[in-house]
Amino acid sequence: MTYDTVVIGAGLAGLTAALRLAEEGRQVILVAKGVGSTHLAPATIDVLAVDDKSPAEALSKLPSEHPYARLPVEVVAASIEWFKARVAGYRGGLHENFLLPTAVGAVKPSAVVPESMAGGDLRGGGRFVFVGLGLKDFYPAYLAENLDQLADVSARGIELTLSHEGSLDLARRFEQADLREVIARQLNAQLEPDERVGFPAVLGLRHAAEVWRDLEERLERPVFEVATLPPSLPGMRLYEAMSEPLRKAGGRVIIGPTVVAAETSNGRVEGVVVEQAARSTTLRARSFMLATGGFASGGLQLDSRGRIRETVFDLPVAGAPDRPRFLPTYLEEQPLDRVGVAVDEQFRPTDVDGNPRYENLYAAGATLAGAAPWREGSGNGLSVATGYAAATILEGAQ
Amino acid sequence: MTELVRDSLDHCVKCTICETFCPFSQVTPLFPGPKYVGPQAERYRGAGLSPDVSVDYCSGCGICTQVCPQGVKIAEINSQARAQLWEDRGIPLRNQLIARPSVLGRLWTPVAPLANWALQNRAVRLLAHRLGGIHYKAPMPKFAGHTFQRWAKRHRSTVSRRKVVYFHGCGTNYYEPGVGEMVVAVLEHNGFHVRIPPQDCCGLPLQSNGNFPAARKYLRRLIGKLAPYAHDGWPIVANSTSCGLMLKREAREILEVEGEDLEAVSAATHDICEFLLGLHERGELRTDFRSLPLTVPYHAPCQQRGHEIGKPALDLLALIPDLRVIELDADCCGIAGTYGLKKEKYSISMAVGERLFRDVYESGANVVACDSETCRWQIEHGTDVHAVHPVELLYRAYGLDAPVAVSAG
Repeated sequence: MTYDTVVIGAGLAGLTAALRLAEEGRQVILVAKGVGSTHLAPATIDVLAVDDKSPAEALSKLPSEHPYARLPVEVVAASIEWFKARVAGYRGGLHENFLLPTAVGAVKPSAVVPESMAGGDLRGGGRFVFVGLGLKDFYPAYLAENLDQLADVSARGIELTLSHEGSLDLARRFEQADLREVIARQLNAQLEPDERVGFPAVLGLRHAAEVWRDLEERLERPVFEVATLPPSLPGMRLYEAMSEPLRKAGGRVIIGPTVVAAETSNGRVEGVVVEQAARSTTLRARSFMLATGGFASGGLQLDSRGRIRETVFDLPVAGAPDRPRFLPTYLEEQPLDRVGVAVDEQFRPTDVDGNPRYENLYAAGATLAGAAPWREGSGNGLSVATGYAAATILEGAQ
Repeated sequence: MTELVRDSLDHCVKCTICETFCPFSQVTPLFPGPKYVGPQAERYRGAGLSPDVSVDYCSGCGICTQVCPQGVKIAEINSQARAQLWEDRGIPLRNQLIARPSVLGRLWTPVAPLANWALQNRAVRLLAHRLGGIHYKAPMPKFAGHTFQRWAKRHRSTVSRRKVVYFHGCGTNYYEPGVGEMVVAVLEHNGFHVRIPPQDCCGLPLQSNGNFPAARKYLRRLIGKLAPYAHDGWPIVANSTSCGLMLKREAREILEVEGEDLEAVSAATHDICEFLLGLHERGELRTDFRSLPLTVPYHAPCQQRGHEIGKPALDLLALIPDLRVIELDADCCGIAGTYGLKKEKYSISMAVGERLFRDVYESGANVVACDSETCRWQIEHGTDVHAVHPVELLYRAYGLDAPVAVSAG
């Protein structure tokens, strides 16, 4: 089969680009050596984590090396609208961040959030109750104590005794009405009228919207989810919400084989070499989208000699520091944070002199140079915006 | 344990993605999940020490390895741990028996009517349930009463310079010789000379049941039959996705068999749909398909996905006029070869398959396509919808079932 586009990577950037292209009627195949970061991250679309300011405003002030600087704010906004039109139940936009509580009671700014998390918005304060379900790494008293120190916020924790289960089991049990019934009965006896109720983000998987609404009805108040440690149930829902329409639009999704190299000629990528069970094969296409992520997901590799490689196309890597590569101030920005693939205005990876390396190769997401998603709170926003924009440009170029 | 498998352990970052996809830990607390029994429990295992019995509830479907973004060979680790477990404890008689399909096939084929009566008889099945540990409801295919090998010996294949070796596996030989005949007909229709050497089990069921030494014996014997062809440049096609995967990868990664013969056979082995789509990509597949006005849901079995070839059946079936194929996205049918036959595992296996059964049922189709024989039997068991190998649809669309009749549709 000759495809229009091979997308490499199954994180949010790859899924966004693949879905966008498949919807335009392109023959798309998405190949990934495994499932991407959706299952690990909270599934909020963080555009830029600026407190009390609009992400839109902050976007326009980024340095020119930042991937967002390739995009007019209107394009970022369009990508968010595109996303919201496809994945049901997301709220927000670029005008102002939600401020959501994390599992340790920190405050996390996020532009676009699942409706099941929106009720935890701390802007404007209020009274919050956090419910523990015996889940490891979710301690409502600790969470509440930290949040309680914020002005206008009062918070307390309640621990319900459930048999000890992991978040996946709990999510499945929440899909059954009897558990919700028991929990609602126990909570209704303890809640004050104006308190909002936060649960760890385990409120269902396939029928999550129904589970959340049902709990709001039973408790007669806003109910919200707080992101937990992996696995991320909201992230699993997001993966389903993106990959299912991709398949329905005729896109192929292959999870498992690793893309190890490329075949190129005359400044074009002709195919990518995919490792299968017994041999390797070449997937040919008119264009290619690199969305393999950064160091954590193997899109970039740092070897023991300090060399940094982009692992599929061996593209030049920008932003590599000389020395030191690590600083002992672990919570501050690290020299390697902004390393990645540099791209031109059309999201095509470039040579050291700024020219596109291959005319039909595009890149999106965490593989791009210039951003430090975990520091600036831009992870999923960057993936949606660059995945959308790069796919739009690619589509126009064909 | 192979270095390849062992080394991959170090790449586990405990991200739990495998746990979110495991179809078995979702439905039973008896299996705590692939990460738990694999990368985590592995450090407690040593020479002669395999304390974690829950690894026996891993079905070996391999989905964990497929979804792992760090390249950890989780299913392979668990498969080897299961073998160690049973080596320590001794393999139950039941597991020894059901893991030898060719022994059962040779035994029962001559008395197939009797065997089939017994397999459908409630009293016999209850007895087998209580004494033999085979669940009385588990899907049991009917013996055909004649083997595919017998047909093959009488069959004169087309004379052609384009040659292919057919590895049909035990399911085709004893239960579904008709599928084998269709594979041969489709290949011959495309101008191939099909050679069907005498062959026995690949050892996969023994591997799944933890008897590696016996599995290796079967495997080496099969490799011995196929290797001369592979060395001579013949492609080998297989219609059983799990047995094909044994030749392609599991022999090396799980059973730790090495050697030039295996390498040659691995490199030559193709799943039948992979092979046919390869022909199509080179413009060598005949596309004289007649209309097949059907809606067919398609389920790619776990072991098919393990080939890492995508879903060639979808592309092939798309060539047939008026055939509408629905790609199902349920992960697993639950049977996992012999797993779902076992008394203590039958209900787990049915719970795993529930989503697939529902999707098949809700499609309203009269026929469902699936590449693996045991999965087809399980789907029929769970839905009462007839399940066929994708090749059967190609065979019908080529008009090979009724060569004279050419309907104007």
